Amino acid sequence: MTATLGKDLVGLEHLSPEQIRLILDTAEPFKEVSERPIKKVPALRGKTIVNLFFEASTRTRISFEFAEKRLSADTVNVAATGSSVSKGENLVDTARNLEAMRIDMVVIRHPSSGAAQFLGKRIRSNVINAGDGKHEHPTQALLDLLTIRDKRGKIAGLKVCLVGDILHSRVARSNLWGLTKLGACVGVCGPSTLMPRGIEELGVTVFRRIEEAIEWADVLNVLRLQLERMEMGFIPSLREYYRVFGVTPERLERAPREIIIMHPGPMNRGVEIDSRVADGPHSVILDQVTNGVAVRMAVLYLLAGGRPELADAAQRDAGGMH
Amino acid sequence: MRPLVLRGGRVIDPSRGLDQTTDLLLQDGKIAGIGTGLSAPEADVRDVTGKVVAPGLVDVHVHLREPGNEDEETVASGARAAVAGGFTAVCAMPNTDPVTDNQAAVGFIIRQSVRAGLARVYPIGAVSVGQKGEQLAEFGEMVGAGAVAVSDDGKPIVSGHLMRTALEYARTFDIPIADHCEEPTLAAGGVMHEGLVAARLGLKGIPAAAEEIMVARDIVLAELTGGRVHLCHMSTRGSVDLLRRAKERGSRVTAEVTPHHLALTDHACEDYDTHAKMNPPLREAADVAALRGALKDGVIDCIASDHAPHAYDEKDAAFDDAPFGVVGLETAFAVAYTELVQGGVLALPELVARMSTVPAQVFHLPGGTLTPGAPADVCVLDVAARWTVDAAHFHSKSRNTPFQGRALAGRPVLTIVAGRIVHDTEAAPAR
Repeated sequence: MTATLGKDLVGLEHLSPEQIRLILDTAEPFKEVSERPIKKVPALRGKTIVNLFFEASTRTRISFEFAEKRLSADTVNVAATGSSVSKGENLVDTARNLEAMRIDMVVIRHPSSGAAQFLGKRIRSNVINAGDGKHEHPTQALLDLLTIRDKRGKIAGLKVCLVGDILHSRVARSNLWGLTKLGACVGVCGPSTLMPRGIEELGVTVFRRIEEAIEWADVLNVLRLQLERMEMGFIPSLREYYRVFGVTPERLERAPREIIIMHPGPMNRGVEIDSRVADGPHSVILDQVTNGVAVRMAVLYLLAGGRPELADAAQRDAGGMH
Repeated sequence: MRPLVLRGGRVIDPSRGLDQTTDLLLQDGKIAGIGTGLSAPEADVRDVTGKVVAPGLVDVHVHLREPGNEDEETVASGARAAVAGGFTAVCAMPNTDPVTDNQAAVGFIIRQSVRAGLARVYPIGAVSVGQKGEQLAEFGEMVGAGAVAVSDDGKPIVSGHLMRTALEYARTFDIPIADHCEEPTLAAGGVMHEGLVAARLGLKGIPAAAEEIMVARDIVLAELTGGRVHLCHMSTRGSVDLLRRAKERGSRVTAEVTPHHLALTDHACEDYDTHAKMNPPLREAADVAALRGALKDGVIDCIASDHAPHAYDEKDAAFDDAPFGVVGLETAFAVAYTELVQGGVLALPELVARMSTVPAQVFHLPGGTLTPGAPADVCVLDVAARWTVDAAHFHSKSRNTPFQGRALAGRPVLTIVAGRIVHDTEAAPAR
């Protein structure tokens, strides 16, 4: 295997299919680490990682932190929300200070698109994008890909529809690139006010109605509707959103084939997704969360210079009793 | 001051359709004659064989940042950058701090430019007090102090009523209202052109419609009032269509386009390059083609740089957080020459017209001509020169160019204002 990831993971747009498969394959042996009584391997022992969150996050931050700790890295969490200093000044100075402290890796979430790349260009440490503005959220898409592969045994040829606020969603962008590169057919469905102009040119099928998307898809990835979109006038009300675009059991009943329901969380129950669907037999939402830790372990491991063929060995050595 | 003979250059004067190899005599701050073998007692003679002699370039849209942001540019440093770029006259936009919205502020800009003694700097006054878009500024007093136009540039004139009254009131002084066309609710929060590149980068777009709606409004109001509207930095093919139809009807509307909108597309924003962030944003290839065609046809009257200096650390930020704007005075001619003349869009005399003669006419400025008796504002251009843009060598205080590292053809080598050499690449070691 010759593929490597390079210094940073900023997004999936510029990764090759081989690089994406490398991450997914490397995640497989790491899944097992989280199933042990002693959930730790020494792969990143002595490495220091900063989790730099300029935006509120619970799930992604905790998932990264578990991944880091289960690889034995030393971690520091920095929450920099609501700072009075302007965001731009913060970022340059933050980069310089991190560089000065000789840390090994930075996991960054930031409200500005391009922030992870900006940081990556300015420091020698590895930078992992945990969500930058409306740009990309690569580890979310990777865990989505891993979950689809687990459930269907493949990704190529599957029809995957992203549902909801495509315009403002970094999850949608990363999924679009990842799925396309691995040979899936990608659809998008949502109100036209929340659809980027010209998205058809990226090779996706646009559905204006959720019923059509359900009829077409093998997998529905239902995106979180940011509640402020209503105040900004993109949709009239959450009630109507549920009525027109909500993924409900009644709508799913008409699906011509078994359909997988995904959601990156946190869910607005009764808005984009009906609770009966979220908690129902088609839902793989909690499998996504479980896979998130393994995928992030794989990304951290590979960026730190770990060789994929050694990932198995690394966890065997440490596990001892398996 | 001794007379100066520019000997043996290709003299181009679009104001008279002149394009021939001959001599130009400058005396007492005026153009004194054109013809082979010219001389005058005590005259300095400069051999400019192989070079182009043209009326000094005129830029009707620059931001000189003084008063208020002298770390980014001053009237003097901007005027220095201007003459290095072959410009003998520039018009300074009023979005300074405080805003240039009264006769004292206009007088200050003029005093600073006289003190610098480089390019002529003509102030543009604000349309509204404080550029707040509410109350008309004192056009009459500002014109009396030396303002040549009014504009709220940096911001659009949002109120249709204000635009109407400004156009009507300006008729007394026969000055143009220069408008930054941007419908604010459509553009709100946008940082680049709305299109596929923005969709991929996850950046909020500014739709072409935000410009075109205001272009249409301004044309309608110009026709209603009989006022003169000048549309700043046109960027879309839709604007070109609206302008073309307005000009066919004979509307009193003029327009400018920047070198960067003629040379670059939104793809320059890839990798979140903040030096490609400007307002209006870089558009698509079809827009660039339409703008070039419009310049050729005269639907767009002139090239203006929209020189907008910013401190390096402001641009060293995430794309959303960086300010809009790029510097342009020192690259404008070369970018235009490379893209338009070498690119086969314009003949060189047409380019000189679009960068000198026509902008001078649009803003009723002296200059833009080599007619005997006119001010001796002249630039000498070495169109055979090949050079690579290195912002570290700019005379401007700021370095925010989207053309860093680009190989260009054509370079101003000698700039003369009122008969006095103010820029000379042979005198100063080439930097």
